[in-house]
Amino acid sequence: MSEAQAEIEQGWQRTHPLAMVAGAIAALKNAIFPIIAVMFGSQAMDRGSGFLFLIVLAIIGINLLAAWLGWLRLRYRVGADDIRVEKGLVSRSARSVPYERIQDVSLEQKPIPRLLGLTEVRFETGAGGKDELRLAYVTLEEGERLREVVRDLRDEAQGLELAEKKQREEQGELLFHMGPERLLKFGMFEFSLVAIAVIGGAAQQFDFLLPFDLWDPEGWEERLAGPGDWLAGLGWASRIVGAIIAFIALVGIGFVTGIARTFLRDWDFRLDRTLKGFRRRRGLLTKTDVVMPVHRVQATVVDTGILRRIFGWHGLSFISLAQDAKSANHSVAPFAQMDEIAPILEVAKFDLPAADTKWHRASADYYLVRALFGAVPFTIGGMVALVFAPSVWIGFGLIGVAGFIALRAHYLWRYERHAVDARQIMSRRGWLSPKLKLADRVKLHSVEISQGPLAKWCGYADLKFGLAGGTLSFGGLPLAEAQEMRAAVLSSIASVDFSRLPR
Amino acid sequence: MEDKPLTKLDPAYVTVMRIQTLLFSLPFVAGALAGEVGNLLFTGAFLVPVVLVFALLAIMVPLRRFNARGYDMGEDRLRVVRGLMFRADTVVPFSRVQHIDVEQGPLERAFGISRLILHTAGTHNASVTLPGLKHEDAVAMREEIRAHVKRETM
Repeated sequence: MSEAQAEIEQGWQRTHPLAMVAGAIAALKNAIFPIIAVMFGSQAMDRGSGFLFLIVLAIIGINLLAAWLGWLRLRYRVGADDIRVEKGLVSRSARSVPYERIQDVSLEQKPIPRLLGLTEVRFETGAGGKDELRLAYVTLEEGERLREVVRDLRDEAQGLELAEKKQREEQGELLFHMGPERLLKFGMFEFSLVAIAVIGGAAQQFDFLLPFDLWDPEGWEERLAGPGDWLAGLGWASRIVGAIIAFIALVGIGFVTGIARTFLRDWDFRLDRTLKGFRRRRGLLTKTDVVMPVHRVQATVVDTGILRRIFGWHGLSFISLAQDAKSANHSVAPFAQMDEIAPILEVAKFDLPAADTKWHRASADYYLVRALFGAVPFTIGGMVALVFAPSVWIGFGLIGVAGFIALRAHYLWRYERHAVDARQIMSRRGWLSPKLKLADRVKLHSVEISQGPLAKWCGYADLKFGLAGGTLSFGGLPLAEAQEMRAAVLSSIASVDFSRLPR
Repeated sequence: MEDKPLTKLDPAYVTVMRIQTLLFSLPFVAGALAGEVGNLLFTGAFLVPVVLVFALLAIMVPLRRFNARGYDMGEDRLRVVRGLMFRADTVVPFSRVQHIDVEQGPLERAFGISRLILHTAGTHNASVTLPGLKHEDAVAMREEIRAHVKRETM
């Protein structure tokens, strides 16, 4: 309590002065393109480089000034009931978030602030994305202290005994860890062609930097006619070898990108079980440290990939109210074997489906309708192409796509299933890379049964559950079964009030 | 639960929907009139079909929509049914309601009806709207649901 009280008495505070530097550098990153533009623009002018230097200096100066003013006008206060942040130069914005609404406090260190020993503090309210209260930047110690203070005050606001909380020292128990070897394997499966696209795009964007026109075939012929003439004379064998080398290079780039991205994102990935919940730390350049209270886990997802599935690799993520970087799911074990995932699920109070689980399948009519809707247009297109197109391959290709859609619908019908037990709703979706979703019956918010005209005709319905932070829906259930499931789930929801949900 | 008869909405809702359709039709009718004045085709080539379509939309559709809608106020849950072609049947337990709005547009106010909006924490059905309630009923329902929502904290 004393620590919290002292915090309140301190009143308004500023962020760390070095935050100005970090802010200015971040802003300069955005200013690089204007600077480059000025450099190119000035080539057309007659004035000397002195003028150019002045403009660049002015851009940097404006950024520094803006960062300084921004820092000067930003202040925060950890109050008795809420945390407040006031900022803005001309138009002031004052945001106050009551402690009860703060889901969690997360710290994020981007590379530059990390060099300066600073961190960004984010107060997660479930508002999501840009609406979250952020504080950039404070020292790492201040960030961790803020997290503690806010958590203690929040618990106090919720009527928990602070002394009791304090007594239990925060001790972590390691649940999951990924070393370099595991990351390397993970990276191999994260094979990505993004880099190739980026290189291609960059070649197109920055071709003005090259001394010749990259996209001019005549130019290439000229260049090849000179010293490159021998290339053309080598004949077919060497061209095939060349194509193979190019292919290997592309695949290599794909692997290297995948591995590099995985290392950057998940370096030293560790998941601990602390008294305040799951604590996940990861990242090479941008280190993140997120704590998710166990009771905030709304549902869990176990997914996999087409290839990694053969080797038994799965990924576990939690659906929670707070948002993770870019996605709503918190990845807690991105690359693990099932026997590593089971204990984590147990801590989160979810159970993997038992062997005797009674699985149900959706109506076959539903998949038939989906297959027809997907395949019929392609079949017609294929027929038309066979008659009119110059090459038969277009027609066969389109009919092949139609066949794949029909086949996929058939396998989805065979593999997609769901089950409801006393505590959970379980859903298995997908064919080649199946996804298992487990949701707590009590932690759902609404139930909807919907039917389109075709569904009414065939007697099936879609069942959609309101899940905080995610979606849970079942397409094409027989109507009676959907109604039965709704009645069962509603009875468990209604029996527990929201405020009495396990906190 | 499916057997329980649904409560009908206030008949004034039909009138409101009709007026809304007519307001929506105004620009189209104006366009058709312009076409008539321009004398591009024979007389009535634009105005007659446009007026016919909107007359149909304004007379038939609101009544059918009204008949397709309904709600059931249970002891601990609200069921909202809607949709002509695409039926949707939503149930919100009072214990999961985050907050409640009663809203009125100017037209709705003139006819004494309101929309009751229940907000939940779920991503799907984050807000469930029940339009066309008599204003007093909407307020009474809000109070009743409010009594169930013991604490509006997360």
